[in-house]
Amino acid sequence: MNGRDNAKHRWAAGVTPYAQMGYWQPDYKPLPTDVLCLFRIVPQEGVEPEEAAAAVAGESSTATWTVVWTDRLTAHEHYQAKAYHVAAVPGSDQYLAYVAYAIDLFEEGSIANLTSSIIGNVFSFKALKSLRLEDMRIPLPYVKTFLGPPHGIVMEREYLDKYGRPLLGATVKPKLGLSARNYARVVYEALRGGLDFTKDDENINSQPFMRWRDRFLFAMEAVNQAVARSGEIKGHYLNVTAATMEDMYERADFAREIGSPIIMIDLTVGYTAIQSMARWARQNGLLLHLHRAGHGTFTRQKTHGISFRVLAKWMRLAGVDHLHAGTVVGKLEGDPHIVSGYYQTLRGMRYDADPAIGLYFEQDWGSMPQVMPVASGGIHAGQMHLLLHYLGEDVIFQFGGGTIGHPEGIAAGATANRVALEAMIQARNEGRDFFNEGPDILARAARFSPALKTALDIWRDVSFDFASTDTPDMVPTPNW
Amino acid sequence: MAFRLTQGTFSFLPDLSDEEIAAQIDYAIANGYALNLEYTNDPHPKNFLWEMWNLPWFEETDAKVVLEEVQKCRIAHETQYIRLNAYDARYGRQTTALSFIIHRPARELGFDLTRQQGTDRVTRYRIASRRADAMIDTNL
Repeated sequence: MNGRDNAKHRWAAGVTPYAQMGYWQPDYKPLPTDVLCLFRIVPQEGVEPEEAAAAVAGESSTATWTVVWTDRLTAHEHYQAKAYHVAAVPGSDQYLAYVAYAIDLFEEGSIANLTSSIIGNVFSFKALKSLRLEDMRIPLPYVKTFLGPPHGIVMEREYLDKYGRPLLGATVKPKLGLSARNYARVVYEALRGGLDFTKDDENINSQPFMRWRDRFLFAMEAVNQAVARSGEIKGHYLNVTAATMEDMYERADFAREIGSPIIMIDLTVGYTAIQSMARWARQNGLLLHLHRAGHGTFTRQKTHGISFRVLAKWMRLAGVDHLHAGTVVGKLEGDPHIVSGYYQTLRGMRYDADPAIGLYFEQDWGSMPQVMPVASGGIHAGQMHLLLHYLGEDVIFQFGGGTIGHPEGIAAGATANRVALEAMIQARNEGRDFFNEGPDILARAARFSPALKTALDIWRDVSFDFASTDTPDMVPTPNW
Repeated sequence: MAFRLTQGTFSFLPDLSDEEIAAQIDYAIANGYALNLEYTNDPHPKNFLWEMWNLPWFEETDAKVVLEEVQKCRIAHETQYIRLNAYDARYGRQTTALSFIIHRPARELGFDLTRQQGTDRVTRYRIASRRADAMIDTNL
């Protein structure tokens, strides 16, 4: 693209292929400060993959559909995104396109700006059948412009005084219809039975059957009673999701005033609202839980949308303390390798690319705090060895039905989960092969815990064994 | 129902035997964690400052030595709570990795919860250890 003739061609009025306008640069060596993106693209018939990749780079940076002379008023070569590599996905019509963006293209500390740039309009582009943002490398200088989680895993553990084991939670069920008094009964029984947290569901805001202020007050009575009966710090995620920021601040301020250690918000409030609430949580010392409500509409399908690992990365930058990230074994979507990549995104500090778990780029988080992943949805005490194996120790296991559905009551359900968890941690620390011996470890613990015995008896055979729609492109080559 | 303090990693299990405690000590040593013992007569949930029995054993690699200290601490503070902590000093962590109660008073007293009614139905809660010397206000 150098030389006078090419330059002349580049600026001829009319429509020029994106690749010829500088958006395809196979020799480009990404700078350490570049934001890197990997897109999965399916071009329309007749569109070369390089041109499709260049179009993505163009439309997500400086380009429009026709040549504009006003580009020449800028250092356009700097501001243009560069597609620098395209690879076909074997056995499909898909390609993986790597695009580099100069750090100058983005406002410091703004998820809204980052996302408006990268996913702003290119996903509707006609020359592509479909497009998916698979992964991003955020350069450390850009990471440092975000404040990240208000507290992070280390501070959360010190705040709660709970170490060496996953935390336990439960979402109050039924999701809708309980009065404040009945709702707080569930909170109390679950917490006194042994859970660390209970949780509002994503769609519990302030409906006619239970207004937010009533729920907050009754829930805190339950929390305080459970704390006094156990001597442990406990909490209930009070969902402050509302129609306006003013409403959310009002609810969050009230949660703080009545002594709640934690509030929650839904992903549906939007990226800017999430960053505002992160700022609020940092100023006021409350943990911030994020429920990923609605993410499945754009994260689940493999050929169009945004991978959840990208969303997880944005949310760590935006600054939440908790984020739901899959269970592997529960009722919701989650291939083990892919979920492992999400957990690495939330908890890792500095790691290399690992395509087998869906991580296409290295990432250096500097000293940004970690997000506590939350595993929720169709899990029960009988899976404790699997959960610990796949998800590790810094995670919250949330058993909703697996607590509240216990035939001897909610507190018994909570106790069953806590006993199962502690027995599994003890066995792991003793060096036992808990993944394979899990059922035996649980059965032994059930000898002294009737609540656990009942839970194992009713849920023993429950599993959700469906193929995942989102799986890695690459599998590790076995070492023979 | 008798009160049982459920702080620590293993409070929902039957009290660990010395053999089981030794296995956890071995786990901590194998991971390079520094062990220490702490005791208190005020196990209020917000009281993280239990008294230190020892400076963390940064170099100790023999579970037997630690277990001997456990016995000494139990004799010296029989009426109090004692916990064993394992500390992870690695960069990016620098916090406790494991903490569990290894001794309890014969009778656990628990906590008093008192309420002060405010306006607008807001209740102020106060949780206090049942110990004359440990009335601590709490606002979780």
